Amino acid sequence: MVVRTGDDQTGAQAVPVVELLGASKSFGALKALDHVDLRIAAGECLGLVGHNGAGKSTLVNLITGLFAPTEGQVRYAGAANHLEAGIRAISQEGTLCPNLTVLENLSVVQRDLTGLGWRRRAADRIRSALDVIFPGHRIRSDSLVIDLTLAEQQMVEIAIGFADGLRPARLVVLDEPTSSLDASIAAQLLAHIRRFCAEGGAVIFISHMMGEIFDTASRIVVMRDGRLIAERPAGQFTRQGLVDAMGHVTESDVQPSPAALARALGDKSQAILRTPEGIEARKGEIVGLAGLAGHGQAEALARFYLSQSSDWHGAARPAAAFVAGDRKRDGLMPIWSIRRNLTLAALDTLTRWGLIDTAKEAAIGAEWQRRIGIRTPDMGNPILSLSGGNQQKVLFARALATTAGVIVMDDPMRGVDIGTKTEVYDMIRHEAARGRTFLWYSTEMDEIRNCDRVFVFRNGTISAELEGDRISEENILAASFQFDEDAA
Amino acid sequence: MTMIHKAPWFWAWVAAIAAFCATWSLSAGGAGGTALAVAALTFGSFSVMTGLGQMLVITMGPGNTDLSIPATMTLAATLSLKLMGGMTGSAGLIVLAGLVSALAIGAGVGVANFALIRLLRIPPIIATLSASFLYQSLAIWSNRGLRIKPPQVLADFTTGRALLGIPNLAWVALIISFGFWVLLNQSGFGRRISAIGQNPRAARLAGVPTARVSATTYVICAIMAGLTGFLLACFSGGAALNMGAEFLLMSIAVTVIGGSSIAGGNSNVPGIWAGALFMYLIVSMLNSYGLGAGVRLLSTGIIIIAIVAAASGRKARL
Amino acid sequence: MRSVSPRLVLPVLSLTVLIAAVFWLQPRAMSYVGINLLFNLAVPIALATVAQMIIIMVNDIDLSMGAFVSLIACITAAILPTDPALGIAMLVGCVLVYAALGALIEIRQLPAIVVTLGMSFVWSGAAVLILPSPGGTAPVWLTAIMKAKPPFVPVAIIASVLIATVAHLIVMRSSFGVKLRALGGNARAVSRSGRSTVLLRASAYGLAGIFAMLAGMALVGLTTSGDANIALRYTLLSIAGVILGGGEFTGGRVSPVGAVIGALTLTLAGSFLSFLRLSPDWQIGAQGAILILVLAARLVVRQAEKRS
Repeated sequence: MVVRTGDDQTGAQAVPVVELLGASKSFGALKALDHVDLRIAAGECLGLVGHNGAGKSTLVNLITGLFAPTEGQVRYAGAANHLEAGIRAISQEGTLCPNLTVLENLSVVQRDLTGLGWRRRAADRIRSALDVIFPGHRIRSDSLVIDLTLAEQQMVEIAIGFADGLRPARLVVLDEPTSSLDASIAAQLLAHIRRFCAEGGAVIFISHMMGEIFDTASRIVVMRDGRLIAERPAGQFTRQGLVDAMGHVTESDVQPSPAALARALGDKSQAILRTPEGIEARKGEIVGLAGLAGHGQAEALARFYLSQSSDWHGAARPAAAFVAGDRKRDGLMPIWSIRRNLTLAALDTLTRWGLIDTAKEAAIGAEWQRRIGIRTPDMGNPILSLSGGNQQKVLFARALATTAGVIVMDDPMRGVDIGTKTEVYDMIRHEAARGRTFLWYSTEMDEIRNCDRVFVFRNGTISAELEGDRISEENILAASFQFDEDAA
Repeated sequence: MTMIHKAPWFWAWVAAIAAFCATWSLSAGGAGGTALAVAALTFGSFSVMTGLGQMLVITMGPGNTDLSIPATMTLAATLSLKLMGGMTGSAGLIVLAGLVSALAIGAGVGVANFALIRLLRIPPIIATLSASFLYQSLAIWSNRGLRIKPPQVLADFTTGRALLGIPNLAWVALIISFGFWVLLNQSGFGRRISAIGQNPRAARLAGVPTARVSATTYVICAIMAGLTGFLLACFSGGAALNMGAEFLLMSIAVTVIGGSSIAGGNSNVPGIWAGALFMYLIVSMLNSYGLGAGVRLLSTGIIIIAIVAAASGRKARL
Repeated sequence: MRSVSPRLVLPVLSLTVLIAAVFWLQPRAMSYVGINLLFNLAVPIALATVAQMIIIMVNDIDLSMGAFVSLIACITAAILPTDPALGIAMLVGCVLVYAALGALIEIRQLPAIVVTLGMSFVWSGAAVLILPSPGGTAPVWLTAIMKAKPPFVPVAIIASVLIATVAHLIVMRSSFGVKLRALGGNARAVSRSGRSTVLLRASAYGLAGIFAMLAGMALVGLTTSGDANIALRYTLLSIAGVILGGGEFTGGRVSPVGAVIGALTLTLAGSFLSFLRLSPDWQIGAQGAILILVLAARLVVRQAEKRS
C-alpha cells in the first residue's frame, strides 16, 4: 500500500504542527480524500505533488480548516483550531482584497491590528516580511493591490502568509506560489522557505515546477486518487520515480486509441480551425487539451467558442457548440426540466414564428434520451432530479443536438461514473466518424487517450503536441510539469 | 406537476381572495361586492400592465430592474395626450395616433435604457434611474403644467364596462397578459429570458444571443410602461407629473408577490394578477379600517419586505 | 503617505470648472454671503452622499435614502423640540433598524434594491404618521449651528471639510473601515479570515444610518421645518454624488472625500443651471444628464488608460 520511509525518524525528533489521522473527505459520492495519515513537523518542508484530482487541494483545505473531515481527525499541536495553530495559506484563488492597500490587506487577516497606530504596526510587519523574503522589492505598503502587477500581488500574498503577527506563522501552505513570479524572484522565495524551515517553521509546497520541489522540500509526498501513494525524503526521489508514482503505472502500456488509427484524417494542412494559442484540428478529429488544471486550457476553449458565436445573433446553424464541465457554473439551467435543458442550444431549429414546436421538441428529447441513454422515466422531470452523470449526458446532448461542426468540451467528465464515461466516449467516436470535430479539454488521463492529437498546456501556452502512439501518460506528465532545474 | 397548490402563484391567489373577502365584509355589510371587484380590476389592470414588463426584466436575473417605469409612463402619457389634443379629424385616427406615439415613446425609452446599460457598462438600476430623470424633465418641459384632456372616446373606453360588466381596462390587461403568457411559456424568446435569468454565463455558452434578448426585454418593458401611462392618463382625465410614482414599487411588488423569483429565471403571468389585486385590496382594506396614508404606506412596505424575505433567500444578490 | 488619489482627479477637476463657471456667470457670488448661499444646501446632501457611499462600498445600493432622510427630518422637526428624550430614542431606533436591514440582507441574501425600495415606503409611511402636513420647528441649537456665521469661512464650507475629514478617517483610515471595505472588495476572503459578514454588513448599514440621520437633522436646521417629502430627491442625489466623486458601483472602491466633492458639485450644478436661466423643468433632467455624462467620461478615461 503506502510506501513510508523516514516518517518516524523526522516525526520523533520534531514536534508535529499538524497531524491527520485517517482523514477522509467526501463530496457526495466522490471521495476526494481517502484515509490519509500525515504529520507535518516543525522545521520541515513538505513537497506535495500529484496530477489533477489527486486530492492536493482537499488535503490543504482540511489542514487550513476550510473543510471538516467527513471521517478521521485533523489535530493541531497545542491549539484548538488552525488559526491558533498559526497555520496560514496562500491559495491560487486569490485571498487579497484588490480595493485595499497592501497593509490594509494584512489587517483583514490579522485581528490584532486595531486601535491607535495600527497602520504603522501593519506597515512595519508587512514591510519587514517583504524585505526579508524579497530583498530589493519595490512594493510600497500603502499601494493599492489593484495597482500592483500580478507578480507583486503574489509577492504580497506570500508576505502576508509569512508576516509576523499575534500568532506567528508555524505552517505556511503555498499552492503554486511562483505561478506569476519570474525566476529570480522565485529563487528568493525558495531561499526564504529554506531559511524559514531551518528556523523551525513548516511549509507545504505545491508546485508543477519539479525543480522547485527538489530545491526546497525535505520530504515529498505523492498523491493519487485521494491517497498518499509515496512519501519519502526528497533525496530518495528521482524524476522518473516521481512521474511513475504520479501515474497509473500498471496501465501505462495502453495502446493509442484505435479510432485514431482507423480513420484517415488527411494531412495537417487541412486544419478547419486554428486558435491564437496554436490549437489545430481537422474535420472529424478528436483533439485533446491536456496538462495541469488552470494552465489556460479552459480559457483557450472559451475564447474559441465565444469567437464562434454572437451576443446578437442566434444561429439555427451554429459553427460550434459548448459542453460545460463545471455544470453548475457553465451549463445547467437549474429550474428547468431535462428536456428544456437539452434543447436550449437548438432552440432556433424548433421555433416557427418564434413559437416552440413542442411536438418536435419532445421528439428531439426522446431521440437523445434513447441515443445517449439518459436514465429518467420522464424527460419533463427537473434536471436536478438526475444524477451528475446523467446531467452531464444532457449537456452533451444539448451540444450534439445542434448542427454545429465543432464541439468544444471543457473537462466535461468531472465527477462522472465510469459507466457513463464509456457511453459518452462511444458517442464521441461515433460523432467524430460522422465528421464532427471535437476540442476536448480533460484533466483525466484515460480520456486523453481517446484523442487523435493532444496539446499539452503549461503556463498558458502549448508545451507539447502529441499524436498517435506518443499520446501516453508519461509524455503528458513530462510536459505538464517543468523539470529543467534552471527555471527554478 | 398538475397539482394546483404547487403552482408558484397559488398562494398569491389565496391571499388575494382572502383580502377580497375581508375587505368586502368590512364595507357596509357586504353590499359593495361588485363595486369593490370592479375597482380592484380597474386599478389592478394598471399594476398588471407595468408588472408584466417589469417581470420580464426581473426574470433576467439579479441586478435587472427597470427603475424608469414611472418616468416613461408620464412621458408617454404627456406627449401622446398633447399630440391628440392638437389633432383634428376623425376620432379613430386621433386615437390611433395617440396610441402609436405612446408605444413608440416606450420603445425609444427602452432602446435608450439598453444603450446606456450596454455602452456605459453600468448596472441597469443606475442606467434606468439616471435616464428616468431625463425622461421626467422631458415630460415636465412638454407638459408645462397644462392638463390636456384625453379625447372623449378614450375617456369613455377606459372608464367603461362594455362586456360582461367587466371593466374594459381589465379586458385589455387580460389580452396583453395572454400575450405575455404565450411569450413566456411558448416562445423561444421566453425560454432565452429564463435561461439568462438562471445563469447568464451558461446561457451565453449555450448559444443564447444574450445582448439581443436583454435589449428586447428592456424595450418590451418600456413599451408596456408607455401603454400603461397612456391608458392611465385617459382614465384619469389627463396626464399628471407624478402619475407613475406608485408604479415603481408596485411593478416590482406584484412580480415578487405573484411568485416570480427575484433570483431570476422563474416567473409566471397569473401571479401578476393575484399580486395586483392583492395590493389594491390590502390598501382598500386599510382604508376601510379608516387608516391614513401613513399606515398604508408603512404596511405596504412591510408586506413587500416580508414576502421578499420569506420567498427568496439564497443566491439572489447582485 | 500617498499623494492625491487618481480617483479624485476627475471630481476635483469638475468641481473647479463648475466653480469657475459660476463665478464667471455671477461675479457677485464670489463673496462670503454668495458662497454661503451657493453651498448651504450642500451639507445635508454631502452627509446623505457619504451614507449612500457606505452602502455602495459593500456592493449594495440604497433606494430608500431620500425617504429615510425625510423621516429623520420629520422626527427632528416634530418631536425633538417638544420631547427631546423621545426624539433621541426614535433617531437611535431608526439607525438600529438600518443596521438590522443590513443583517437581514446578508442573512437571507436578499437583493438590496428590493429591500430598500420596500423600506422607502416604510420610512415615508412613518414620516407621514409623524408629520401629516408640512410643519414643525427646528430645535434652536440646530438652527444656530446650521446658520452660524463664523468669520472668514462660511459654515457650509467648514461643515463640508469636517464631513469629508470624519468620513475619511472612519472609512479610509480606521481598521473598522478597512474591514467594511474588505467586505465590498472580496467577501470570500473576509469570511475565510474568520469574520462575520453579517456583523460587518450590519455595521456598514448602521454607519450609513448615522450619516443619513445627520443629513436629515442638518436639513431641518436649514429649512427650519419638516415635511414627509422634503428629501425624496436625495436618493438620486446621493447616488449621483458617489459616482461623481469617483466611486465604483462594485468592489468597495469609493472615496469619502470624493463623495463630498461630488455632493458639492451637484449642489453647485443646480445653482449653475439657474444662473444659466435654464428652465426649472430641466433641473432634474440635468442632474440625470450629468450623471450619465460623468459615467461616459469615466469610461472613456478608463479605456484610454487601458490602451496606454
